[in-house]
Amino acid sequence: MRIGVVTFPGSCDDRDARAAVASMGADPVALWHGDGDLRGVEAVVLPGGFSYGDYLRCGAIARFSPVMRAVAAFARAGGPVLGICNGFQVLCEAGLLPGALLRNAGLRFVCREVEVVVESTSTAWTSACQAGSSLVIPVKHGEGRYVHPDPPALAAAGQVAFCYAPGHNPNGSLADIAGVTNPAGNVVGLMPHPEHAVDPLLGPVGGRGLFESVLATAARV
Amino acid sequence: MSSLVAGLHRQLGLTDEELERILSVLGREPSRAELAMYSLMWSEHCSYKSSKVHLRRLPSEGARVLQGPGENAGVVDLGDGVAAVFKIESHNHPSFVEPFQGAATGVGGIIRDILAMGARPAASLNSLRFGDPAEPLQRRLLEGVVAGIGHYGNCVGVATVGGEVVFDPSYAGNPLVNALTVGFMPAERRLSGRAGRPGDLAVLMGAETGRDGIGGASVLASASFEEGDDAKRPNVQVGDPFQEKLLIEACLELVERGLLRGLQDLGAAGISCAVAEVAARAGMGMEVDLDAVPLREPSMEAWEVLVSESQERMLALVDPARLDEALEVCRRWGILASVLGEMTTDGSLRVRFRGEVVAEVPAASLADDGPVYSRPLVPPPAPPAAEAEVPLDAEAAEAVLALAADPTCASKRWVWEQYDRFVGHGTVAGPGCDAAVIRIPGTGRAVALATDGNGRHAALDPAAGAALAVAEAARNVACTGARPIAVTNCLNFASPERPEVMGTFAAAVDGMAAACRALGLPVTGGNVSFYNESSGRPIHPTPIVGVLGLLEDAATAVPTGFPRPGLDVWLLGETRVELGGSVWQRLTTGRLEGHPPALDLATEVGLHRLLVDLAAHRLLAGAHDLSEGGLAVALVEATLASGVGATITLPPVLPPAALPPEQVPLAALASESASRALLAAPPEAAGDLEALAAKAAVPATHLGTTGGDRLVVPGVLDLPLTRLRDAHEAALPDALGEPA
Repeated sequence: MRIGVVTFPGSCDDRDARAAVASMGADPVALWHGDGDLRGVEAVVLPGGFSYGDYLRCGAIARFSPVMRAVAAFARAGGPVLGICNGFQVLCEAGLLPGALLRNAGLRFVCREVEVVVESTSTAWTSACQAGSSLVIPVKHGEGRYVHPDPPALAAAGQVAFCYAPGHNPNGSLADIAGVTNPAGNVVGLMPHPEHAVDPLLGPVGGRGLFESVLATAARV
Repeated sequence: MSSLVAGLHRQLGLTDEELERILSVLGREPSRAELAMYSLMWSEHCSYKSSKVHLRRLPSEGARVLQGPGENAGVVDLGDGVAAVFKIESHNHPSFVEPFQGAATGVGGIIRDILAMGARPAASLNSLRFGDPAEPLQRRLLEGVVAGIGHYGNCVGVATVGGEVVFDPSYAGNPLVNALTVGFMPAERRLSGRAGRPGDLAVLMGAETGRDGIGGASVLASASFEEGDDAKRPNVQVGDPFQEKLLIEACLELVERGLLRGLQDLGAAGISCAVAEVAARAGMGMEVDLDAVPLREPSMEAWEVLVSESQERMLALVDPARLDEALEVCRRWGILASVLGEMTTDGSLRVRFRGEVVAEVPAASLADDGPVYSRPLVPPPAPPAAEAEVPLDAEAAEAVLALAADPTCASKRWVWEQYDRFVGHGTVAGPGCDAAVIRIPGTGRAVALATDGNGRHAALDPAAGAALAVAEAARNVACTGARPIAVTNCLNFASPERPEVMGTFAAAVDGMAAACRALGLPVTGGNVSFYNESSGRPIHPTPIVGVLGLLEDAATAVPTGFPRPGLDVWLLGETRVELGGSVWQRLTTGRLEGHPPALDLATEVGLHRLLVDLAAHRLLAGAHDLSEGGLAVALVEATLASGVGATITLPPVLPPAALPPEQVPLAALASESASRALLAAPPEAAGDLEALAAKAAVPATHLGTTGGDRLVVPGVLDLPLTRLRDAHEAALPDALGEPA
């Protein structure tokens, strides 16, 4: 399976995301922000980092890059898209996911391993996970406080993909929401970094399930 | 060119003798631009004029050293065709003036040093020193420095994986911010400032040049050219990590595509230093066109353009035939690039600006021919032979809790949770461990890195303090199972113009040299930071040592502390009554007196070899170095690492009968004797462990076993881990007035 990883100016985790994709047995494909072409990939990852320095609102500039037009079309056609951290912010800014991400409640950048509970397995990126299972995945962000006008409605619609386990909410996100999906389930965004949690040498491997899910989806198609 | 204000050179920090030297080099009066260039290039910061004669005594050669001191950073061969590039540098004064930007640009600067060698920067460590964190000024400094390091490192995507933070009143008026970065590259890549041939083009890449950081490296900072003009603008540079991230990627693409002949970062003294060093290293000259420099402020004068320390700039040397390709790479990454100069054969730097030649000087005279001083020095007094009197009658449990909660010994989680330690796909062990362990890209091997330096020890005995710093950093590396292979150092001292400071410096260099020789560790580069004093109050002499180690199998990295129950707890090394300069001495008496712990270098070498051997034989489940706060703090950290308690007996304290029996437990807990490590090993490993220790002539004492949720020393103390955790984790947030 060919999985594209977009590099925006200021992306930091694009190389790690490609390495994670490769370690899961898929083919990573580097995608460039200035290209409107997804090079025939079967899934897209928008990685973490500080696109355009995040000097404006996080992700606010990246959403206008040529590659995002192609990503939006790909998403509308049902293609699996995963936004990690800054990538999640870009997807929210682009209107491909609901809600927004604000400055952490503690006002500081926070980097730690957290427990994340899988709330929905009806997405392209969680289908191989156990519902209700707990994954240990690192977070590292300064602006990860998820807000939405009506979190209960979002949950009722099955659009909450991940929640922080009790006591693990690192940023004051509403209803402990760590990641959400679009109604179709093909677009998922989350603040934790699954690409940093796939190699047992480097720590817990809670991120593997997300990549296994998209690989399984591809196998079924 | 002769319209100089009389005495201007003195305002710029040049002595009358140095001006004479410039006059004899040039055979005429220098222009304003030339004087500015010399004042910076011959400044202490750029020329090492006071330290050079001493630094020569440090060993710098070894089989693995591909590049020793004198380049942007040291390069060490790791085998399998991979090299590590690493260096530590100070950004002390800017961080005091403006903690956030000062620390941020310190990180940016050391990252560019690594990049200039052609390596991808992979990970950083920071060695920080402040006064009492409960004081408002120190809190502001700590918060600003930590936020600045995090902001810059996180945003450029270089993991911050370790270091240390120490609090001592001696740093209240002059904090220390020392930043170390390591990068990796193919060993055959020997990129450096050395240009290939005449006609090569010097391409200035990155940010526009502004009036920020003018004179940042020199005394220019404290003088103005003309009263009331703009020259008094802030001398601290302002960082833009986004720009640096683009610069890193563009430079690495240029390097990987073979489009460069050389690469040089712009740091202290800006364009002046970069063009002078590039030309001088190649034994050539350069025609420099300052009109090619993109300016933030069009009204800048030539001297300002020459010495501005605007951040996020690099100078690339390009074969003219490849220029278009190189510029296209820069354009794609969205960074400015313009041809600043052309290499010439005449050895002269000829600088043009707006139709005029504003400077014409021999490149080597700026870079290499600066003054070198053997400054007068007074050797430090010998420390007293007798042990310092330190009370040892406290209740042991209370003492352990007090040590665990001392800000220097306490958990630094508050600090390192603000740093991205994951980016780069290589952090095997990060902050809070004895040493950071970073996988070497594309291999199953790893490097280990630790920084250490105990100013209290160095204040009592500079030579011993420097040697102890080398020993401790190398021991931390060895505790992970990695073999120490090379050193970088940052020597933080007060004014070199004071003979007693110079004597302290010389002694510290001697102590460091002796320890490096004994441990077989070449010094591949580093930094000297003088003038660390405030209102006449000097800091403790603080030699900081960064040690790089090599681990043949990353999967065998030994974790810090006690990873699980049911393990034997061992102590390697001997515990003596050694409390001079210790944390316990400071806590109980508030004084700094006596002599630091004795260091037997042969014993230390044996200990490191043993630790590496034990790890290679897979006999260790965990390890932890003993240093500040002695066995007490080591036990606290080892048990809290994975929340696994232990029941142990205390090791014997030497010499026997030196103390009344009731004082022995506290001496065993608080002594800071060198050359010791705490181990956790499976019971079945006991025989092999004892045999290897005996072979290495390292005493190994079986202390007890891991398990439970308490730290228990029967008859001495019994503390639940929850209490230890509260003391250890909450101390720093408490001192800062924040919830843990």
